Amino acid sequence: MAIRRVVFILVLLSVAALAAALVYAWHGAIAPINPPAASSFDRASIERGATLALIGDCRTCHTAPGGKTLAGGLAMPTPFGTIYSTNITPDPQTGIGLWSLEAFSRAMREGLDREGRHLYPAFPYDHFSLTTDEDLKALYAFLMSRDPVVAEAPPNELPFPINIRLVLAGWKLLFFHPEPYAPAPARDAAWNRGRYLVEGLAHCGACHTPRNLMGAEIRSEEFAGGEAEGWTAFPLGRHSAARIPWTEAALNQYLRQGWQADHGVALGPMQPVVENLADAPADDVAAMAHYLASLGAPDGISPQATAAPPDASGQRPQSAGWQAAVSAPAAGESEGRLVFAAACASCHDSHRSLPLGGVDLALSTTLAAEAPRNLLNIILLGVPASDGHVAPIMPNFAASMNDAAMTALLGYLRQDVASKPAWPELPDAIAAARRAAAPSTKAGAAR
Amino acid sequence: MTTLTVNGIGRTVSSTPDTPLLYVLRDELELNGAKFGCGLGQCGACAVLVDGEPVFSCITPVMLLEGRDIRTLEGLGTAEAPGPLQAAFIEEQTAQCGYCIAGMIMRAQALLERIPHPGDDDILTALEPQLCRCGTHMRIVRAVRRAAQNMARASEAGR
Repeated sequence: MAIRRVVFILVLLSVAALAAALVYAWHGAIAPINPPAASSFDRASIERGATLALIGDCRTCHTAPGGKTLAGGLAMPTPFGTIYSTNITPDPQTGIGLWSLEAFSRAMREGLDREGRHLYPAFPYDHFSLTTDEDLKALYAFLMSRDPVVAEAPPNELPFPINIRLVLAGWKLLFFHPEPYAPAPARDAAWNRGRYLVEGLAHCGACHTPRNLMGAEIRSEEFAGGEAEGWTAFPLGRHSAARIPWTEAALNQYLRQGWQADHGVALGPMQPVVENLADAPADDVAAMAHYLASLGAPDGISPQATAAPPDASGQRPQSAGWQAAVSAPAAGESEGRLVFAAACASCHDSHRSLPLGGVDLALSTTLAAEAPRNLLNIILLGVPASDGHVAPIMPNFAASMNDAAMTALLGYLRQDVASKPAWPELPDAIAAARRAAAPSTKAGAAR
Repeated sequence: MTTLTVNGIGRTVSSTPDTPLLYVLRDELELNGAKFGCGLGQCGACAVLVDGEPVFSCITPVMLLEGRDIRTLEGLGTAEAPGPLQAAFIEEQTAQCGYCIAGMIMRAQALLERIPHPGDDDILTALEPQLCRCGTHMRIVRAVRRAAQNMARASEAGR
């Protein structure tokens, strides 16, 4: 009898807990609206929204390769499965045409769609929730004044139980605690603006902060480095592996032009970010650099002066001679050194400054990084020409270098050029990078 | 001494192992199809095939190529008996100065071996790394399309 009563109470408690969870998880729909005419938004608002959308990288995720801008459908690989970005043009059926400003703001702040369904945090509402009312209004004006595109995103490919959106209520309960942006009064306006953008719309931490097993950013390890689409997102600030500490000027230059001679080139998922920032307002990017510089540098690292490349008239090497000349290695040198001399030196030892020459590999963060993945990606994919932006390029070596040559080259670069201990388990890393690179090299590495 | 397989024939070359393949092809083996353009792997004039994949021979040292299958323009046909791509490039009169054409043909060859019936998007994507200063791109794309059609017709007829 007693056991039956205990079981009954337990069942009752579970039902109550489930009901409470459902109440927490349940959100109502926001009434649909007639899609507003583009002319109903003022021009200043739309323009402001356009720049905020660049900083937020909206088009980067919400545009499929070869697809219409902002019409969604990009496959986003996550450790849990593939999520497809949605259409955020104002098409009433397949886009956000029926969304009021209230519905849009709720999506950005609470991660819910107009109908009240939980959105996957691949949409970084854990950052976007900081966005001010005024900025949300401008973003809304920008998006709703785009040409509507009819495009249905493919269904997500997620396993049970993650494919049940209600599960996200639990995820949010554990990991999502939005608070409005609170400026720090002790800091200047640029710092506050920079922090607002870096932590909010620009969602830097979405890649540069490590995530836990449930895919949430580990806030206590902010900017300690993360991973995105098979690339390492390098640690920032005091976690940085940079050989020369980042300065505010260097950060600003890197974010605006996509490369910085003392550090390297923005590649992989960072490439579209800098392409967006190139067109964003200069003072916003400068504010982001100002804030990021305030995150500090690792202890014990000291700025070192780099020798300026010969740039004065008559000193710049004339192209033909330098293109043909490779630094001849002496007999008996390591295979890695030989490969470098013959395949890499004509750019990386050219003493031509970026973007016309190669990155000074002794300073490259990629060579100083904990894992060889980014270096392998660069060797296998090359650096395709960037549309409309002056940027360094590099051919790929996927077909010409076999694994043994690549192992030798990486050994030389890591130990002799970067003076760091050898990367462990190189053959596995090479195999993994080759597997990931294969589809895109087959389709032509150039996008 | 390095042993290379070029167009199906074993060749022993005396250049040092770090010598770029392009110099070995042109200076030692007298195969002058591949051209020196930029010397930086940026223009594609030097493209040849290694195990079926296009590579820039100007930045590929021969030490990487032992035991691998190297193919150059000369391996596709001769002036008297041009291969299907070479014939199509002649028929479409693709060459203005002609300097880029050998590389274009080699990369197109790799494409057609992988995708026998390429769409225009495939052709444009595949040839993107190859630069032509004269601006003959439209003719080049037509030539690749024509070669694909001719090859399809030839294989139909051979059935």
